[in-house]
Amino acid sequence: MRNATGATGAVRAFFQRLRGTLQGSPQLEDDFNAELESHIQMHTDDNIRAGLSPTEARRAAILQLGVGVEAVKEAHRDRRAIPVLSNLGHDIRFTFRQMGKNRGFSVVAIAILALGLAASVSIFAFVDAALIQPLPYQDPARLMGVYETKDTCKQCNLSYLDYVDWKRLNTVFSALEIYNARQFLLRTASGVEQVAAIRISSGFFRVLGVRPALGRDFLSKEDEPSAPLVALLSYESWQNRYGGSGNILGQTINLAGAPTTIIGVLPRGFHFSEGGPAEFWQIHHQDTGCEQRRSCHNLYGVARLKDGVSEAAALANIQALAQQLEKEHPDSNRDQAGLVVPLTEVVSGPLKPILLALLGGASLLMVIVWANVASLLLVRAESRKKELAVRRALGATTGRLVSQFVAEAIVLTSIGAALGLLAAQWSIQLLLSLIPKFMLENLPFLLDLGLHPRVLLFAAAMALVAAVIFALTPAVHLALSKTREGLAEGSRGSAGMAWRRIGSKLVVAELATAVILLVSAGLLGKSLYRLLNVELGFRPEHLLTLQLGAPASAYPTSEKQVALQRRVMETLSQLPGVTSVGVSSQMPVSHNGNTTWLRIVGKPHHGEHNDTPERAAGVGYFETVGARLKRGRYFEEADSAGKPPVAIINETFARTHFAKGEDPIGRQVAYLSQPAPPMTIVGLVEDLREGQLNQVNRPVLYLPFNQSPDRYMVVTVRTSASNAEQELLGTIQKQIRALDSELVTTGAATMRERIQDSPAAYLHRSSTWLVGAFAALALLLCVIGLYGVIAYSVSQRTREIGVRMALGAGQSVVCRMVLGEAGWLTAAGLAIGLGCAVGVARLLDGLLFGVSPWDGLTLGAVAVVLSMAALLASYVPARRAAAVNPIEALRSE
Amino acid sequence: MGEGNKSEIWQGTLSLMVLKTIETLGPIHGYGIARRIEQTSGDRLSLNYGTLYPALLKLEQEGSISSAWGVSDNNRKAKFYSLTKQGKKQLAEEARQWERTSDILAQFLASAKAKEPR
Repeated sequence: MRNATGATGAVRAFFQRLRGTLQGSPQLEDDFNAELESHIQMHTDDNIRAGLSPTEARRAAILQLGVGVEAVKEAHRDRRAIPVLSNLGHDIRFTFRQMGKNRGFSVVAIAILALGLAASVSIFAFVDAALIQPLPYQDPARLMGVYETKDTCKQCNLSYLDYVDWKRLNTVFSALEIYNARQFLLRTASGVEQVAAIRISSGFFRVLGVRPALGRDFLSKEDEPSAPLVALLSYESWQNRYGGSGNILGQTINLAGAPTTIIGVLPRGFHFSEGGPAEFWQIHHQDTGCEQRRSCHNLYGVARLKDGVSEAAALANIQALAQQLEKEHPDSNRDQAGLVVPLTEVVSGPLKPILLALLGGASLLMVIVWANVASLLLVRAESRKKELAVRRALGATTGRLVSQFVAEAIVLTSIGAALGLLAAQWSIQLLLSLIPKFMLENLPFLLDLGLHPRVLLFAAAMALVAAVIFALTPAVHLALSKTREGLAEGSRGSAGMAWRRIGSKLVVAELATAVILLVSAGLLGKSLYRLLNVELGFRPEHLLTLQLGAPASAYPTSEKQVALQRRVMETLSQLPGVTSVGVSSQMPVSHNGNTTWLRIVGKPHHGEHNDTPERAAGVGYFETVGARLKRGRYFEEADSAGKPPVAIINETFARTHFAKGEDPIGRQVAYLSQPAPPMTIVGLVEDLREGQLNQVNRPVLYLPFNQSPDRYMVVTVRTSASNAEQELLGTIQKQIRALDSELVTTGAATMRERIQDSPAAYLHRSSTWLVGAFAALALLLCVIGLYGVIAYSVSQRTREIGVRMALGAGQSVVCRMVLGEAGWLTAAGLAIGLGCAVGVARLLDGLLFGVSPWDGLTLGAVAVVLSMAALLASYVPARRAAAVNPIEALRSE
Repeated sequence: MGEGNKSEIWQGTLSLMVLKTIETLGPIHGYGIARRIEQTSGDRLSLNYGTLYPALLKLEQEGSISSAWGVSDNNRKAKFYSLTKQGKKQLAEEARQWERTSDILAQFLASAKAKEPR
């Protein structure tokens, strides 16, 4: 019988009652008491008039109310407020009073909860930013990265001619565009600077669905090599370099030695992490020789799937096209397959395993936190048994008692969650500040990190689970222990069996979880150790490195570049503290890229590419880095242009291309595609680690810098003074600038720093530290948990212990009895934990280096550490048990 | 709790009776309303006077009635209830609905009785 008036009335009534709940006015109580009294008076008056005696009359009036006066008042009170809510409010107030009395428990429980939440929420924030948050492009799920692929290089560059064919022949992409990150020299008023740039095809931004915030996008006709040079600016570059000035459009800058017109500014927050942090975006013109050769790979592709085309269909189409091109161009396209990968995976792929491992670690920590606080609550529930029994005897229903637990859970988790979120906010910033700047620049999606709605939702879910567990634990405990016993039982010896059973299960779960985390941390730590101590093939101590770039206008020819190298070496070797100087084309411990295709003269060749990293090395380079020569000689000044071409190979090269016992010195190597004369091998060095620490060494071909010079070179300096290395780095840069103010130096660092900060080392180190921190926290929590169980058990068994001692048991027997109980729990936790750990460690396989998931030493060490910690946790209560005075123990009960 | 064969009052109908009573008698106190309901039903209804007060509070919270302290015929201080504008509207609506419902029920019961085979 609801109608419009009734509905608004009901809403009005609800708010009135809500107000009543929150305000709880005693005035209304008095008012109703008066009204009820006047009702009884009037009824009594009438009854007297009807002939009853005054006492009878009043009694009849009260009887007619149907229930007692107090019950009427109660019903009226309930109607004034919302009983469920006002009970809860009452319980919460009661909880706060209790927490005040029991400060130790509250502080510990809240701190543990806040800690666990902070850890898991901050890791989740990273996961959210890197893996869940969609890329800031239009419909990013339909964007694909397009690659050529071969055995040695999975997501590898496209060659320009292959790209043109794929773009023309594919039936699956609505557009296929290219990009190519470069470093350019920018001439500014204050000199020459090296800037990051990305060269793209004109439709690149249209594929992403991004429009310039200012000015215009590239036009398709600007792909033509004859079109005037134009560039787009990143928003940050516009702000920092040009002060966000509106008349930047149409300005001409000198980029890579050529006048270039700015046509637009990209929107704020736009990033394309695959290309690195770029300031300038330019059209890729086919200007170097590379674009003429199908064998020269220097581009990456990005494409948008046509409507209704699946990722698998696109992959099949591109693979078929690659096969077709392989048939048409057997020389250049042998073994070159096609690959299509969702752009989202390309961007977050490398971070995925480590982030998921960390999230796993944080979740396990959260499990321990839940178990730990739950067991704390159990101890408390046990000690409150009497209080609960008294409340029940006074008429509290089970529902009312449980509602008290709910109130406690809500208060605990609310405070814990609030503090946890604050801590998470802080720890996110801390973690971010620990990521090196150059690495962060390649992870632009992390800049948007924070407590976003999804992260808050995650935090709320974690807190909700905590609240449910905290409310359920004492409730289940209450159900298990019979209330009537509570009053009678007191604290006699048999007490607390129910709690001891649940409590010890919780502790075993905690111990097992801690074991998993400890094993993971141990394996990661060992991997890190192995990684940092991997054979480098050179001596990284006292080595300084930097990159040097020279403008094309001043150093256009090989002769000028060789002369520059000589002058740099001469200048630097005269500096005090410098032992030797060498130049090369690449840093060691960087990558296995920049490959060439070759064959061994005099060996059968069937068109295989023998894809081989190629490095230029100056005179003195090998000596400077401390390489070890196995055979032959290093490069000499005499290996110059015009002299017969020579080369040095590494051991892996020798092993790959020459039989055992065959001497490679004096043999010749020839390029596949270029008609250049073959190079004679003059030296064989032990493998220098060119790639990342965790990559396998590949065959490498070293050429003399003088025979293949470049405007860009890596300068390596060995020093004798170890304490003033940073200062020396500064001096070196100054000296180079003094040679020619147009020379640009970047990335000055010691080789140790470079290795420490290399991506592989960084990923391993950060995961080791974080998982290690989780493991340490887990260990601490489960030690506290174990201590709690044993201490409680001892306190419950005081009488039993007293009896035993009175019957002649010695202190050591009692001590052993208590330690035995702890030992069983620890053994159970260890056994379960180690079993699970081996399984979990297999998930870590991708992050492990040189360590197997069932590394005996790690497992053994964890077992020892946990046992020691457990012994420590149970030693104190065991001592207390042994110190029990039997007479006191028996009398006190 | 009924004595003899007095009917107990339905929860939903009590508020309708209260509203009708106040409309008929003007501002009136709780005790007066209780007596009136019993008298009007010809003592066929058994009313626990205590249940009246939460019902009155509910109506007041919904905005159908308002209350003020005053003095009774016998010079007793008492709280008097009167209908608000909204209360009048609600009474009219609920009375109409109630009539319709009881009409339908009466008809239904009559026809069901007629068709009952003997």
